[in-house]
Amino acid sequence: LAPWIPVVGLEIHAQISSNSKLFSGSQVQFAAPPNSLVSFFDASLPGTLPVLNRRCVEAAVMTGLALNCSINKKSLFDRKHYFYADLPAGYQITQQRVPIAVNGSLSYILCIDNKMSQMVTKTVRIKQIQLEQDSGKSLHDDTRSQTLVDLNRAGVGLMEVVMEPDMCCGEEAAAAVRELQLILQTLGSSQAVMAEGQLRVDANVSVHHPGEPYGVRTEVKNINSLRFLAKAVDYEIQRQIEELENGGTVLNETRAFDSKLGCTVPMRDKEGKQDYRFMPEPNLPPLILYDAKSLPANMNHQQVINIDWIHERLPDLPSVKREKLVEQYGILPEHSFALLNEDGLAEFFESVVKQTRMKPKKVIGWILNNLLSYLKQHSLTVKESPVSSFLLADLLNLLEKKEISSTAARQVLAELWKGEGKTPLEIVKEQKLELLQDQKELEEICQAVIDGQENE
Amino acid sequence: QKVSVEVLDHLEHLALVDFRDSEGVERLQKAIDFADQLHEVNTDGVEPMDSVLEDRCLYLREDDVTEGNCTKELLENAREKVEEYFVAPPGNIPLPKLEERETFLQGS
Repeated sequence: LAPWIPVVGLEIHAQISSNSKLFSGSQVQFAAPPNSLVSFFDASLPGTLPVLNRRCVEAAVMTGLALNCSINKKSLFDRKHYFYADLPAGYQITQQRVPIAVNGSLSYILCIDNKMSQMVTKTVRIKQIQLEQDSGKSLHDDTRSQTLVDLNRAGVGLMEVVMEPDMCCGEEAAAAVRELQLILQTLGSSQAVMAEGQLRVDANVSVHHPGEPYGVRTEVKNINSLRFLAKAVDYEIQRQIEELENGGTVLNETRAFDSKLGCTVPMRDKEGKQDYRFMPEPNLPPLILYDAKSLPANMNHQQVINIDWIHERLPDLPSVKREKLVEQYGILPEHSFALLNEDGLAEFFESVVKQTRMKPKKVIGWILNNLLSYLKQHSLTVKESPVSSFLLADLLNLLEKKEISSTAARQVLAELWKGEGKTPLEIVKEQKLELLQDQKELEEICQAVIDGQENE
Repeated sequence: QKVSVEVLDHLEHLALVDFRDSEGVERLQKAIDFADQLHEVNTDGVEPMDSVLEDRCLYLREDDVTEGNCTKELLENAREKVEEYFVAPPGNIPLPKLEERETFLQGS
């Protein structure tokens, strides 16, 4: 049997973290009373016009720069037409012809065989990033055969990040999206919380034999976690292989991932291939961005976006932060990977290191093996930890000064975890965990034990 | 070159227009023929203009919340509502296929 090469590409929609929407001044907020964050423009009432939000443009430029893209100094807006109840205008304003950023790349880390010690760096090309409007939300009420529409989300700014089909399996797709998520969160351009719909991923999957052209691809939607992304992609690859090996064909269709059944199913409501009738958005002139060289002399600051100015102020990206941690603290790459993988953990680690004499190489064990596993067991974030960096540093100092053994330290940590407000020293005294250091006292104890044995 | 029945059917689906009768289709055909005159102009090496606004400055708005909170007003337009939600049919109701709907296009 000839081998199959799976090909996976991704279209990721990230909600821009901004106060107001892309083309209107209504608020961006999760979970508000229905239709309370909607302006006349968002509801597509006649006589309204789009007005571009500066912050959204900056977010897209930051993201483009972080993903090594070329920023298009002139980009254009277009209308993409289709009918759906949550798209009141009947079209979405997007950037189809000339998006704001193109031709970038994203490096991500893959753990071979799930072993943290074997990490491989992979790269996926970024085709483009475009600014576009989000649609409203449809709540399907099948019992009454109706759809309830909430337009709060309609018009919220999105960055669509298109990743080329350089990935080959669910694990790679999930790892790439995870790294993108960390980058977006570091930049602050999107909070990228998948569970709140701030990061939505559609996967394009196909399979082919080596040397042959790419196979027909399907689009998989309705994936709302990294775990499900990996599952959905792997399931779809298998489904296509089985279909083809049984003499069937793969249809160019859109499928939804059913998380309960763990499989993909054809999506309802798809009436054949869509013709979006793209046309230029007549109400918006081209978006012009500047850099240090092209900066116009007499323009109002507020109307100018300077790419170089934004570039200079980019924070350290996760990959850079990881390297710095390894360099500064002498920890292993897999340690810094784990530190950055949990929100706030790297800061916690650095805070403990500052407050203790224990070497960072030893501290890291306590952070990753003890603290992190407690957090995971109790489903807590670092912010919610009942053990502060101060308390942990205090405990590690006792250990470092050899006032307690490491076994005792673990016992104290378990007690600290209860969050009863006791200090490590108090717990040590309470449970009599002090290490005896006095030579004479130790000799006396040993002698007593030996004497006890002799008497039997 | 005449506009084919397939294209007319496609347009009726996409744009939900109704050409209604042969007069409607003729008017469309005449409009296209009129616009075809543009092909007489040689546009080799000329960047297409898609908006008279192309030299205008795109105004950038500050990221402040200035609108919204008008649920009552917006819902006044709704024929049906359920607890401040707009009500829509369960899904798109596609135009029936050419063979199945009453349109004069069938006879063409």
